[in-house]
Amino acid sequence: MDRALAVDGSVGSARFISARRLVNERGVLIGLVVVALAFGALIGPQFFAAANLELMARQTVIVCVAALGMTMIIVSGGIDLSVGSIVALSTVVTAVLLQQGAGPLAAALGAVAAGALCGAINGLLITQLGVVPFIVTLGTMLLVRGAAKGLADERRVDAPITWLNDLLRTARDGRGWLLPAGIWMTLVLAVAVAFTLQYTRFGRHLFAIGSSERTARLCGVRINRTKLAVYTVGAALAALSGVLQFSKLSVGDPTVAQGLELDVIAAVIIGGGSLLGGRGSVVGTIAGAAIMAVIQIGCSQQGLPNWVQQIVTGAIIVFAVGLDRWRQKAT
Amino acid sequence: MAGPVTTPRFEMRGVRKAFGATTALDGVDLAVRGGEVCALVGQNGAGKSTLMAMLAGALRPDAGVMRLDGADYAPRDPLAARRAGVAMIYQELSLAPHLSVMENIVLGVEPVRGGAAAPFALVQRERMRATATAALAELGHGDIAPERPVGELTPAAQQLVEIARALAIGCRVLVLDEPTSSLGHADVHALFALIARLKAQGIAIVYISHFIEEVKAVSDRVVVLRDGKNAGGGMTADMPAEAIVGLMVGRTLGELYPHGVRAAGEPVLELDGLVPGAATLTLRRGEILGIAGLLGAGRTRLLRAIFGLEPVRDGRVSVGAYSGWSGPHDRWRQGMGMLSEDRAGEGLAMGLSVADNMTLTRLEPFGPAFTVWPGRQDRAAARWIDRLGIRCSHPRQTIGQLSGGNQQKVAVGRLLHHDVDVLVLDEPTRGIDVASKAQIYQLIDELVSGGPERAAPQGVSAPPGVARPFQGREKAVLLVSSYLPELLGVCDRIAVMSRGRLGPAQPVEAWTEHSLLMEASGARAS
Repeated sequence: MDRALAVDGSVGSARFISARRLVNERGVLIGLVVVALAFGALIGPQFFAAANLELMARQTVIVCVAALGMTMIIVSGGIDLSVGSIVALSTVVTAVLLQQGAGPLAAALGAVAAGALCGAINGLLITQLGVVPFIVTLGTMLLVRGAAKGLADERRVDAPITWLNDLLRTARDGRGWLLPAGIWMTLVLAVAVAFTLQYTRFGRHLFAIGSSERTARLCGVRINRTKLAVYTVGAALAALSGVLQFSKLSVGDPTVAQGLELDVIAAVIIGGGSLLGGRGSVVGTIAGAAIMAVIQIGCSQQGLPNWVQQIVTGAIIVFAVGLDRWRQKAT
Repeated sequence: MAGPVTTPRFEMRGVRKAFGATTALDGVDLAVRGGEVCALVGQNGAGKSTLMAMLAGALRPDAGVMRLDGADYAPRDPLAARRAGVAMIYQELSLAPHLSVMENIVLGVEPVRGGAAAPFALVQRERMRATATAALAELGHGDIAPERPVGELTPAAQQLVEIARALAIGCRVLVLDEPTSSLGHADVHALFALIARLKAQGIAIVYISHFIEEVKAVSDRVVVLRDGKNAGGGMTADMPAEAIVGLMVGRTLGELYPHGVRAAGEPVLELDGLVPGAATLTLRRGEILGIAGLLGAGRTRLLRAIFGLEPVRDGRVSVGAYSGWSGPHDRWRQGMGMLSEDRAGEGLAMGLSVADNMTLTRLEPFGPAFTVWPGRQDRAAARWIDRLGIRCSHPRQTIGQLSGGNQQKVAVGRLLHHDVDVLVLDEPTRGIDVASKAQIYQLIDELVSGGPERAAPQGVSAPPGVARPFQGREKAVLLVSSYLPELLGVCDRIAVMSRGRLGPAQPVEAWTEHSLLMEASGARAS
C-alpha cells in the first residue's frame, strides 16, 4: 500500500490510516465484496461468470456516468436534481439529430452540448440568483423534462440504426475488445474525473468550496466561475449517460430515466460523498453504483420480487450514511 | 497561602486522563474554595479544557478523585453536573437563539405543574418568568426583557443570559472559559464587576483566559497547567505577569513584542475617503499600521472592503499600482493577503488538510498547466510547518484536529506561502496561547523589518504572466486588534476607529492604552 485516495479528497500514506478511516475509505469496497459474496452464496458460482459480471457492468454504466458528474457537484457542496431529465432530453436530441440525417458522432455531441447548456443554465441560476441548488435544479428538472417532451412531440422518437446502438451491446459475441465500448468509455471518464478531482486546481477548488465556501472566497477562489463549470460538466456527463441510454433503447424517449437522479445521488452517498460538501470520490461512487447493480441483478436472478430489492437498497443507503456519521463523530 | 482552613467547594486530586496513546492529564490537582476566583491558565493543549470537561461531566477521569463540598462527585453526564450545581460558560455560547431569554434561562429545568416527573406536564410560564427575572436581577441586569429572543441580544447580553441560567439552577461552581473573547472593553469591565458579585455570594469560580492582564485583574489565585501537569501557581497578588507566563511556557519569555530595525519605504496601500470606514491612510513598506477600536466600530468591514470581500461605497483604494476595487482573487494576485478574524467560519476550511488550507491561494507552483501534484504541495507546506513550528502529524492531517494556536499559524502560513507584500490581519492572535502569540509577533516583526522570512519559498516563483506591483523586500502590515497591549507593542503607527469612522494614524509613541480607549469610545471628541 503506498498512496491511498481518501474520500475526503486527501492523499495520505498508509501509516496515517487508522481503523476508522479504513472503514470509511475501504468501507464501500468491502461492502461491495460482502454484497457480491452474499448473492454468490445464494445463487452459486454462475453469479460470478464473466457474462453475468458484464451484464452487471452494462446495467450500471448509465448511473455511473451521470454519477461521475454528480460526484463533482456534491464535492462542491451542491446537488443536481435535473440529471434524470437531462438523460431523457439527451436521448431525444440524439434521436432527432439522427432522424435529421446527422452522423452518429454529431448526434451524440449535439446531445452532450444540449446537456451542457442545461447545466450552464443551472449554474447561472444558482450563482446569479443566489438560490440554493436544490430548488433551482428542482425547477429545471421539470423544465428540462417538459422541453424533452415538447421536442419529441410527446412520443418516442425512432431513429435509424447506427453504431451508437452497439455501445452497450455485449462483447461476448466477438464485438468490441473484451468489454463493450460504452464500458471502456465509462472507465476512461472515471479516470479523467478522478484525476480532475485529485490532481487539478479545479478539483482542489471544488473541495475547498464544498468544505467552506467563505474560506474559498477569502482565498481568492472564483466561486461563481467554478460552480458554473461544475454544473456544466456535470450535466454534460449526464447527457453522455443519456447517449448510453439511447444506445440501450435505440429510440429517443422523453419519459425515460424518471427518478434516475435519486439512483445517481445514492451512488455518490453510498460511496462516501457528503451532501454537506467537501467529500466524495470517484472510486467510492463507482463502488456505490456497483453495489446497487449487484443487488438489482442478484435479486432478480434469485427470483426475489422488486420490493425486496428496494428494501435492501434503501437499507444500504441508510447504513452507509449511518456509518459515515459514526466515523465523523469519532474523529 | 494560609487562608482560613475550610473545605474547598470542589477539589480534584491526582486526575489522569489519556486519549489513546496521548496523556492529556497526568495527575493534576485543583481545589477552589467558595467565594474564590481561581484563574486556570496554560497554553493551548496544556489540559485546561480536558480538566474542565471532567468537572462538567462531559468526560470521566481514568484515575483520581473529585469532591464537591466534601462529598464524592462523579457526574454521569453534563446534565447531572448542572443539577449538582456545576455550571460552565464556554467561549462559544450555548444558547438557543430562537427561544426567549426566560426560556433559555430555565432550559432543561422548566417549572412544570405536577413536578418534573410528570410527562407532558404544562410549562408554567409565570413561574418561568419569575425565575428568569430573579436571576437577571441578581446579576444587576433587570433591564433585559425576559420575552426577547436571545438571538436579538448583543454578545455581552447573551453571556449574561448564560450566567443567569447558571444562577437559576443554583450553581455552586461556575467555570468561565475565555469569557471575554467576544466582548468589547466596557463589557469586560461589567463582567468583572459581575464576577466580584458572584464571588461575594460564595460561588467558587474558575476563570480560564489567555489574557494575563485579565487574570491579574479578576483572580485571587492562579493555577498554571503545562503539558497535562500542575506547573505551579500562587496568590495572584504575589505573581507578576512575567512569572505566570514563565510558568506557562516553562521558560522566561524574552521580549514578547520584538522590534527589529524598521524603515518605512514606498507606499503600498492608499485609501482616500474610503467608505465604509471614511478611511484615509497610507500604508508603507516596512511598517505595521494598527487599527484600534471597540467591537462593532466597523474595523472588520473596512478591512473586508479593502480586500474586496465587501463592496466599496465611496472613495478610492489603491494597492501598489492597482487602483480601484478588486475581488479577493485579484487582491491575492496584486500581492495582498488577508487573515480573517473568524478562524473557524472563514479563515480556514476545517474539513481540509493543513497543506490544502495553507496553499489554496496559490496552487500554481505545484504542477504544469492546471495540475496540482499533492507531493509538491506537501513539501511546500512542510517547509512552513517546520518554520512556524506547527504541531501536526502530517501536512495531510485535517486542520480541525489541530489546536487553535496551530490553526492560526497555518492561516499565517498561507500568507507566507503566497509571499504577499501587504498583510491585512484581522485579530491575528485572538484565542490563541501565549507562546503562539509570541511567535506570530516575532514573525510579523521579521516580515516588516526584512528578516529571514522575506525570501520567497524555495522553488516557488510568482505565477507566470502576473506582474507583481512590488517584489521581495520588506512587507507592510495592516493590523486590527482589540487587544491594546498588542497594538502598542507591535505597531509603528496606530489609527483609531470609532463609530464607523477611522481617525488619523499617529506614531505609536503618541498613544497610551488610556488614550486609545478614550478615542475609541468617542470620549475625546475631535
